[in-house]
Amino acid sequence: MADFITTYGIPLAIIIGQSLALLISLLLFTAYVLLADRKIWAAVQMRRGPNVVGPFGLFQSFADLLKFVFKEMVIPSGANKGVFLLAPLVTVTLSLSAFAVIPLDARMVLSDINVGVLYIFAISSLGVYGVIMAGWASNSKYPFLSALRSAAQMVSYEVSIGFVIVTVLMTAGSLNLSDIVNAQKTVWFFIPHFPMFVIFFISALAETNRPPFDLVEAESELVAGFMVEYASTPYMMFMLGEYVAIILMCAMTTILFLGGWLPPFEFLSFIPGIIWFLLKVAAVFFMFAMVKAFVPRYRYDQLMRLGWKVFLPFSLFWVVLTAGVLVGFGWVPHG
Amino acid sequence: MIATAIAFYVFASITIAAGFMVIASRNPVHSVLFLILAFFNAAALFVLMGAEFLALILVIVYVGAVAVLFLFVVMMLDVDFAEMREGILQYMPVGALVGIMLLIELGLVLGAWVISPEAGASMAAPMPDIGQVENTRALGRLIYTQYAYLFQTAGLILLVAMIGAIVLTLRPKNPRLKRQVIADQVGRTRAEAVEMRDVEPGQGL
Repeated sequence: MADFITTYGIPLAIIIGQSLALLISLLLFTAYVLLADRKIWAAVQMRRGPNVVGPFGLFQSFADLLKFVFKEMVIPSGANKGVFLLAPLVTVTLSLSAFAVIPLDARMVLSDINVGVLYIFAISSLGVYGVIMAGWASNSKYPFLSALRSAAQMVSYEVSIGFVIVTVLMTAGSLNLSDIVNAQKTVWFFIPHFPMFVIFFISALAETNRPPFDLVEAESELVAGFMVEYASTPYMMFMLGEYVAIILMCAMTTILFLGGWLPPFEFLSFIPGIIWFLLKVAAVFFMFAMVKAFVPRYRYDQLMRLGWKVFLPFSLFWVVLTAGVLVGFGWVPHG
Repeated sequence: MIATAIAFYVFASITIAAGFMVIASRNPVHSVLFLILAFFNAAALFVLMGAEFLALILVIVYVGAVAVLFLFVVMMLDVDFAEMREGILQYMPVGALVGIMLLIELGLVLGAWVISPEAGASMAAPMPDIGQVENTRALGRLIYTQYAYLFQTAGLILLVAMIGAIVLTLRPKNPRLKRQVIADQVGRTRAEAVEMRDVEPGQGL
């Protein structure tokens, strides 16, 4: 029995401790990212944004959390109860579990699996289930329309995200996220792959249902999309899942194109890698927030045209070009 | 090893239970959701076997894309359950026949394994040891060298299927239908778009 505890008990305790630490810091980060989103949006529109709870409104997210938790939970009588409650759980669980493979610094990763990129891609492609299940289980018209929209939108943009990932991993020669970051020691990938960086950024906006591609919850057409029938804690879980997914996409942009935890210049390497990583994630999120404030919403057919007729052919061409250059100049990593 | 065994039995029993619920549950949407659960647990079984590439491809392709479209279609269909249940006896013999055939085939495969162990050994030979080379690399080496032609053929078949799907859904252009020409919109100048008029008060245009 003592043997059992040393083989399984102690490693299990360590894993649980690490996961909890990551989870709590991620949730705290999310709370401030949410606040930053509202503050940036307000600043662009020359408003003050949330400024009442705490100094500069710093505790606004926690006040919102308490408000949502103490509200009454309403389940529509016509709803399919099990699926209705499962949907927000699926959204939150999936978006949080993706962070298990994100390297915050060299060797600072919960699970350093050798197919990390595929894992992230798989998890982010499952995000659509939360929306579809919510839309169907609500048994109501607007949520259902929203679910159909989101299914088409997310499947379409996944294709171009897949091709962007293929170019990056061809250049890096590995599916492991730490190896991909280490492959960027000479040059960050956003310089040779700049068009793919742009495509990935725009596709990430579409994949996370951010404006200008927030047709899933376009308030002028669908009220609040798939979240119409939700209130209280389930609604909060959808919002949480959405923001965690956005942070995940920012982290992926950082890892695939902006050199992860690497400092921009060699003489700055005395600053720990995790600080560089967080700074880069915050910078990418700033771009996300500015796009939300600046750009008007796309029409649905324009969205589909952009995904299938512009991004897909171009990224396919770029995959072939990258492969050709790598083979032609003998730069294929790992022979 | 105990943990692996426990994990195997958990995943395997959930897979079987979910597979049973796919055909047993009354609501087709629930069936698809159980199918997704079954896919997931099958992927977990792949991970236990050390085939993490196959596991994640299973999740990406089947759960992330195919099952979404399944769900999409099943939700759109207006299924009449009473009508569906009427025909069940009529189709029972055919369904049972297919099921029995599948069962016999599975039995033959597993039986061969038990009767002649050397057959199983020759099957598993080409794969290098998991410790030596990660399975993504091993699979890539095999597909792009030894089986390159078969791989290309599979790609060709997919291409034909794709063209077929496009041809089936292609409709002739409706001349009355107005489409947006983005180049025209962007190419519009101020002179064409804006006209200055002096409006007399109380008269309008």
